[in-house]
Amino acid sequence: MAKLNINGKTRDVQAEADMPLLWVIREIVGLTGTKYGCGVAQCGSCSVHINGEVQRSCSIRLGDLKPTDKIVTIEGLSPTASHPVQRAWAAVDVPQCGYCQSGQIMAAAALLKKKPKPTDADIDAAMTNICRCGTYQRIREAVHLAAGSETVGKRSSITVNGKNI
Amino acid sequence: MRKIVFGKGTKLSRRKFIVGSAAAAGGGLALGFHVPLASAQTQNGATEVNIWVAIKPDDSCVIRIARSEMGQGTLTGLAQLVAEELQCDWKKVSTEGITPARNLASKRAWGDMSTGGSRGIRGSQDYVRRGGAAARLMLLQAAADRLKVPVAELTVSDGVITHAASKRTLRYGQVAAAAAKVTPPDPKTIQLKDAKNWTIAGKPLHRLDTKDKLNGSKVFAIDLKLPGMLNAAIRKSPVFGGKLKSFDEAKVAKLPGVKKVVKVHDNAVAVVADTWWHAKTALDALPIVWDEPVVATISDAKIAEFLKEGLTAATTNGDRKNGDALAAIQAAPKKVEAVYSTPFLSHACMEVMNATVRLTADKAEAWVPTQNLEASMAALSEESGIPLAKCEVYRHDLGGGFGRRGGTQDFTRQATAIAKEFPGIPVKMIWSREEDQAQDFFRPISQCKLSAGLDDGGKLVGLHVRVSGQSINAILNPAGIQNGRDMRQLQGYAEQPGDAQLGYAVPNLLIEYAMRNTHVPVGPWRGVNTNQNGVYMECFIEECARAAGKDSVEFRRALMEKFPKHLAVLNAAAEKGDWGKPLPAGVHRGIAQFMGYGSYSAATAEVSVSPQGKVKVHRMVLALNCGHAVNPHQIAAQVEGSVAYGLGATLYGECRVENGRMVDLNFDTYEILRLAEFPKVETVIVPTYDFWGGVGEPTICVVAPAVMNAIFAATGKPVRSLPLKNVKLV
Repeated sequence: MAKLNINGKTRDVQAEADMPLLWVIREIVGLTGTKYGCGVAQCGSCSVHINGEVQRSCSIRLGDLKPTDKIVTIEGLSPTASHPVQRAWAAVDVPQCGYCQSGQIMAAAALLKKKPKPTDADIDAAMTNICRCGTYQRIREAVHLAAGSETVGKRSSITVNGKNI
Repeated sequence: MRKIVFGKGTKLSRRKFIVGSAAAAGGGLALGFHVPLASAQTQNGATEVNIWVAIKPDDSCVIRIARSEMGQGTLTGLAQLVAEELQCDWKKVSTEGITPARNLASKRAWGDMSTGGSRGIRGSQDYVRRGGAAARLMLLQAAADRLKVPVAELTVSDGVITHAASKRTLRYGQVAAAAAKVTPPDPKTIQLKDAKNWTIAGKPLHRLDTKDKLNGSKVFAIDLKLPGMLNAAIRKSPVFGGKLKSFDEAKVAKLPGVKKVVKVHDNAVAVVADTWWHAKTALDALPIVWDEPVVATISDAKIAEFLKEGLTAATTNGDRKNGDALAAIQAAPKKVEAVYSTPFLSHACMEVMNATVRLTADKAEAWVPTQNLEASMAALSEESGIPLAKCEVYRHDLGGGFGRRGGTQDFTRQATAIAKEFPGIPVKMIWSREEDQAQDFFRPISQCKLSAGLDDGGKLVGLHVRVSGQSINAILNPAGIQNGRDMRQLQGYAEQPGDAQLGYAVPNLLIEYAMRNTHVPVGPWRGVNTNQNGVYMECFIEECARAAGKDSVEFRRALMEKFPKHLAVLNAAAEKGDWGKPLPAGVHRGIAQFMGYGSYSAATAEVSVSPQGKVKVHRMVLALNCGHAVNPHQIAAQVEGSVAYGLGATLYGECRVENGRMVDLNFDTYEILRLAEFPKVETVIVPTYDFWGGVGEPTICVVAPAVMNAIFAATGKPVRSLPLKNVKLV
């Protein structure tokens, strides 16, 4: 039996010490917003915060965690889904299929905590999660929007018969 | 043991797939506007006006959706089209997905549920708009009856019906119950709105399905939790065509959570456990012996050699021709010749293949992320032996599809076979990423030899294109091959207009396909054969333009006079892409145009190549004429997505074969494009509103050739094989 602090609640977890945190979260705790994508820390779909740092939960074992480690999943990012990153994601219509977006949002939230006004280069370096739908341009835009930066409203250029939309 | 290792134009029927499940599910397309069900009341308190529209007393409108949503935005676009004709309040619109059992019980009133080939909107726009319009007319008639005025005196806006003369109004919610009893109009008599009068369709509205993608609450099929559910991890023979010989269950039986080890068909084994992690851990520990077929000796080099032979083989499997290309090239003062190649590619949907199945004596249920709910239900029925009428497949939006989750349904069959061992208990089968990469239906591998003759003025007088490679139809749709001809592999080179027409007129033209089927299963991959064929044609035309000493755009324009729609899109990309204008030092521009899925695409790319040969794509401008633009914001999302999918494939994508099996089993070697490499993308939508084209796939076919042509401009050397990571550029 291990104790984990997930989204501010202490949970008793009955699982082997080598079980990855991802599967503890999904199958033992029952929070399925954190996704399986690759299992080898490549894609970032399983991103969560541990003590404020974004981490790929597929590659962290239960036995590596202490009861005092503060784990936050997408479900715990904001009680009302009103974190600035979530609001920006909605405003820009970032998600397509949405499968990777929990991880993208967790990565963006961690970035903004460290760098409230990230540059494009900061976004390039921090936002390394894979999206197969290709929402990258909108992710960049939404991170800037969440940061309240002046690029707000400078939409990806879209025209219909010559008119900007 | 397979006798044929490689097939030359022979029918390769490794398994019987249900591709046209529509036939299996019974009945033709019936455009019903009245549901043949007993009650018009639906479960959520809404009144069903017709099959597409239900209205609640508070005026909120529930719009029914039959197609699958996998991120492409079809759900929102279809709702906009219905709402446009219904003239309801968009703020009060929600959607409801139809299940295949419901469609079957209603004699397929909702039509085809298959979602592929970029047909989600264009394939249903007519009948869903008529459905919305019919509902509006019924609501207006009910209001006219209530107000005792002629229906012609009523107007409607945002779901509020007004009789101006008497200053009376009624809301949709007040007349919905009466409207449901009105005799529906004949759909053929309905006058649909002209797109120039659209107020809901054609607008860049927000998607309807975003909210639960932001807080982790969206339940994908992989997230499903059912009481008593078990989890399965599966491994199929890593060598295609191999059989399961034996496994040692005793070695894993006592591992945590393990319930049972199950032989699946004759080629796979699954471990069923309490959690998927336990199932996967035990599967990794399970000793398995495979009966490997002779193809277990085959690797990339042998496949390349096999395809190369097809470039000059005497017989072919489909062609188009005019004039005498070979003689014209022979006689031309200037000749250009090149051989191109493109690799196998996996889909790599972010949500790995999975399916949950529960079988009882008289009911089969499945929860599947699928591009074809009816094909999933047909597979469930066939595999379980339970008749279709007692089957149901529940809808889950897909974590990516890209063509992988259409007709094949191999995952649904596997999950059903496993569930047979656990009557009454739901079993969720999830593939590992490694299994997903090993057992795909890959984008077909091909090579292409192109020859051209130019006259003294640099005009293209003869063009010979010979594609040699694997056929999708051979494995998934043998009926699509007629008299040995498989024109699907020449997608984008068609003479006839409408779907995938080649936009060049060449006086002497010969385009041929030589079928060379390997043992690796292939299938549709976003854009399908327009990807490879777009690269071959557009990169070679670039070689011809340069050999002729002409500007890339001018050279193309001269060939496109008879193709005004293709030309207009090329011009739109060139103009917005600043063709001919100066670029920063070291940055070079390329262009490409091609047609697929009923839509016209063109792109420019601005690219630099470092002294070490590293490619950086700075900016891409993509122009698209998809006929009608239903939601420009979502069209742009699809265009941006096609750049990510297409550019990642261009830079990195390849699935290598060694000893009969796939080598690149995870994202460490199957590299995917990430945000830092994504260029600035501008979308130029130039709809002409005289046809309906696709959106999800068309633009991907111009991504790779535009980039490759920009590299040609940068280095002076044509790039003739993909991915670029294997090509020494400088």
